[in-house]
Amino acid sequence: MTPALQVEGLNRAFGALPVTRDVNLMLERGARRALIGPNGAGKTTLVNLITGVLKPHSGRVLLDGDDITSTTQAERARRGLARTFQINQLFRGLTVIENLCMTIGERDGHSNNMWRSAGSRRVVIDEALDHLDSLRLTDDALKLIRELPYGRQRLVEIAIALAQKPRVLLLDEPAAGVPSSESHLILDVVAALDPDIAVLIIEHDMDVVFRFAKEITVLVQGAVFTQGTPSEIMNNQQVRAVYLGQESHRGARHG
Amino acid sequence: MAASDTMAPAARESDRERAADYLLKRHRYGWAEALPWLIAIAAFFIFPDRMTFGSQVLVMVMFALSLDLILGYAGIVTLGHAAFFGVGAYTVGLAAARLQWTEPISGLFAAAIAAAIVGFITGWFLLRYRGLTLLMLTLATAIMLQETGNLRSDISGGYDGLPGLTFKPLLGVFDYDLYGHTYYLYALMVLAVVFFFVRRIVYSPFGQALTGIRENVRRMHAIGSPVHWRLVTVYTIAAAIAGVAGALFTQTNAYVTLTVFDFDNSAKVMVMLILGGTGRLYGAFVGATVYMVLEDYFSKLSPTFWQFGIGLVLVLAVLFAPRGLLGLIEKIGSHFTRRKRS
Repeated sequence: MTPALQVEGLNRAFGALPVTRDVNLMLERGARRALIGPNGAGKTTLVNLITGVLKPHSGRVLLDGDDITSTTQAERARRGLARTFQINQLFRGLTVIENLCMTIGERDGHSNNMWRSAGSRRVVIDEALDHLDSLRLTDDALKLIRELPYGRQRLVEIAIALAQKPRVLLLDEPAAGVPSSESHLILDVVAALDPDIAVLIIEHDMDVVFRFAKEITVLVQGAVFTQGTPSEIMNNQQVRAVYLGQESHRGARHG
Repeated sequence: MAASDTMAPAARESDRERAADYLLKRHRYGWAEALPWLIAIAAFFIFPDRMTFGSQVLVMVMFALSLDLILGYAGIVTLGHAAFFGVGAYTVGLAAARLQWTEPISGLFAAAIAAAIVGFITGWFLLRYRGLTLLMLTLATAIMLQETGNLRSDISGGYDGLPGLTFKPLLGVFDYDLYGHTYYLYALMVLAVVFFFVRRIVYSPFGQALTGIRENVRRMHAIGSPVHWRLVTVYTIAAAIAGVAGALFTQTNAYVTLTVFDFDNSAKVMVMLILGGTGRLYGAFVGATVYMVLEDYFSKLSPTFWQFGIGLVLVLAVLFAPRGLLGLIEKIGSHFTRRKRS
């Protein structure tokens, strides 16, 4: 079976600094893979290369077997590659429901229409409300994004990505910036994602990684250090040395 | 807050209905929207000898409305919008002076098409840029067009312009009159048609996508929006409308000079829009009218220092009404409703 997403020999440098070095990565359909690595390992850069925000200097990205390396970010999104951002990227001056309707409109091509009113498609509104329902955001539907607490904004970030009906979903630290008392809400949503979607999650919290992921890729200084199942990674002495060894201070920070 | 965890299905159902209702009804016309049109018609009867000035106001309202589409909705900051006003003004002017094409309504269409073509071509190149770069490039576009006109002053008439243009009677019946009554009503009708189109665009899914680009362009890319194409499209439409405004300007004044391309003209329309309030359609009406009336009043009061008065009003507006006069009215309105409730 063709993998949902395949990354082959990806390279990218910022000036003289190589940030992505010969990365190979594969997501099967329905994959649950975590991407971990110390700060500055190039995790977000890799997501930006996969989604087309950045162009690689060499290498290929394949979505369902199609080479998408030369396509724009928007084209990749329309082909079913969705992402969330490490820092919220929402329409802050619009309501939650409008954020969702906008996404559905662009997905289905309604947004080319200049004549019908945006509110005239009941199907779009109902679908947007269904997405909000499933993330328990319905009672916030008419609030402006900027009026929401950060944790709820994080949920909208995920709701938008899901409203794109993606085949591949890249989650860049979905619980970042959320107080730990609320982060379980977001992690429950992540755990309950549609099993057909291939998911790549960047996450620092090792509990989440080991609970959620079936495969783990460790990125160090832009290159794939090792890959394996959670138990393989946990028992890998080198990984413990370069990455998990830092857990002591990280644990302290999270309290 | 996980209120919905424990929420009864009935409550969630009502939340859904409320949200859907808001979106389904948002684009409907409200009673207050009749107000600017009623005022415009009333002005026709109250100030019958000021109709030439009235036409100028309507022209500037249309010009500001076209800017609102790109600045207020799509968030494109431009200091060269006069380029399209000028192209429209000169399309009609040159057609009348050099080709004896003096039918007014077909002139408007020609102006719209000419301005749209210029808007499409310049937009295609410039809208890859944002912020200060875009500001400089739009400014340069208007100057380049002006200088092209100056270079071929044998055709354009240069800064002396094309004076004494005459146009055919409207629809072959209604002729130009000394007090400008015909052209006031003509401009008002054209404005109504243009406004109807702009309002439809703003409330359409396309218009929503423009707001999305203004609010967060990175997110728009991430949800698959063809951002550049959307911007070029709206820029072209706004250019066409500015072109119609320019054409009306030439027709109502019966002359046109290269000053229509002035930086002054681009800056003035932006000031008018910001004064009225951006991204709310009626800001163009309020801003252009208030600015023009003040300019008229102050220039009679003191022909040498009138700009001081305008400047003072603008400083006050920026200090006390940062979201424009309509924003201020909204704020006062919500203040009163809150007091009534408590």
